[in-house]
Amino acid sequence: MSTESAELIEKKPSEALLSKRRKKLISDPLVDDNPITIQVLGICSALAVTTQMQPTLVMAISVIFVMVMANLTISLLRNTIPSRVRIIVQLAVVATLVTLVNEVLKAFAYDMYKELSVFVGLIITNCIVMGRLEAYALGNKPYDAILDGFGSALGYSWIILAVAFFRELLGSGSVFGVAIYDPISGLFGENFSLATNGLMVSPVGAFIILGLIIWVQRTKTGYVEH
Amino acid sequence: MQQSNAYIITFSVILTVVLGLLLSGTSQLLGPTQKKAVELDTKKQILGAVLDASEIRAMKPEEILDFYDKRITSKVVDAEGNEIEEDEEGNTLIAENVNVAKNYKMDPAKRKYPVFIFHAEGNESDPEAIIVQVYGAGLWDEIWGFLALDTDLNTIEGVTFGHKGETPGLGARITEGNVQNRYQGKKIFDESGEFQSVAMQKGEGKDYEGEDHKVDGLSGATITANGVNAMLENYLKAYKAYFEKLKDDSSSEIAVLN
Repeated sequence: MSTESAELIEKKPSEALLSKRRKKLISDPLVDDNPITIQVLGICSALAVTTQMQPTLVMAISVIFVMVMANLTISLLRNTIPSRVRIIVQLAVVATLVTLVNEVLKAFAYDMYKELSVFVGLIITNCIVMGRLEAYALGNKPYDAILDGFGSALGYSWIILAVAFFRELLGSGSVFGVAIYDPISGLFGENFSLATNGLMVSPVGAFIILGLIIWVQRTKTGYVEH
Repeated sequence: MQQSNAYIITFSVILTVVLGLLLSGTSQLLGPTQKKAVELDTKKQILGAVLDASEIRAMKPEEILDFYDKRITSKVVDAEGNEIEEDEEGNTLIAENVNVAKNYKMDPAKRKYPVFIFHAEGNESDPEAIIVQVYGAGLWDEIWGFLALDTDLNTIEGVTFGHKGETPGLGARITEGNVQNRYQGKKIFDESGEFQSVAMQKGEGKDYEGEDHKVDGLSGATITANGVNAMLENYLKAYKAYFEKLKDDSSSEIAVLN
């Protein structure tokens, strides 16, 4: 990306811990360069895990952990990694981290493990992770790489959490497993009940919500695809 | 920059060894905790057949294990309904450890069938439900479950289902409470005592109140539902011999069931 190569040149010897440029590393992927809504990466897991808030939150935390650690590791090793096998090396590091997350979930949050294990495994193939390693961590210092990974993972996280919020609310009538529809329909008397939308539970619902989010975002930012 | 082949190979070997050690170390370290988590999960599923999901959620892990110890007595039976205590090699059989997936591959007549008896606290001769384990194939991968029968050995008190890889939002819904609750009060034998099993019907949203052997189906997950039906039929049929023994055997502690 052109902005990144420009940043490399203007690097100064000692930079504030959270300089303007570094803040941008985190804030850019949140909206202007969001991995899901702008780059349209990581859609697979965004569809799969977002039926409910709780697993989505676990997934988001896992992705943040994997991306930050992978970016850090690759950035530390960037001068020693042989360029001919760099993709394999990245893959090995990411796969190891993902397996670690999976093992920890299995030991301490077995219910989440059962629900998520397939998708946690799929973090390996999440284009956002490999994309950031290849595009950023391989050519930048560890601290910047951590910020970059954190920013991208955060950009991914808030979108899937937003999608999950609407899907769980409209599809299951609850948020974080707390029933919302039941008490509301209770206000209107015995025979009144709010119907949940089965479409929201299926992956199609995620596409619709995601499409709406992208629509709203692009209307606001004026982003046009080239 | 272009590195030599020797460098690339050395780098790869070191990387593999380091990552390998890291993974096996974690696995060793977390192994015991994971084993406990699996045990707790199995017991939760067994209890799920007789307790409400919210009741189980309200209990702490130690409370669940304690409750299980006090209220569940488990045994293993064979296809003829006889209790067995040892396997072919003479090892003591523990119902919780019977590998249902491994048994599934064997001839139904040679399988070992675990039975879990839910009884009053600490009093085995006062049973409240008989829980049996079921296992089969869904659309993508294995599915399993526990089914609790009332003391009449006919009315279903509750079920829990689990699956490995059914489609989220479709077949995976068999793990949801509102799907499992549809089985409550259904019967596995008809009035003349013939075995009927219970089966999910095609389509969803119909009311099967008053129909003893029919359960509302899963829209968009017909193959998973068929898998559940086949699983229940196969295993309930296999347990039939044991149920009949219980009914006949007046010396059995479960004779009070009748």
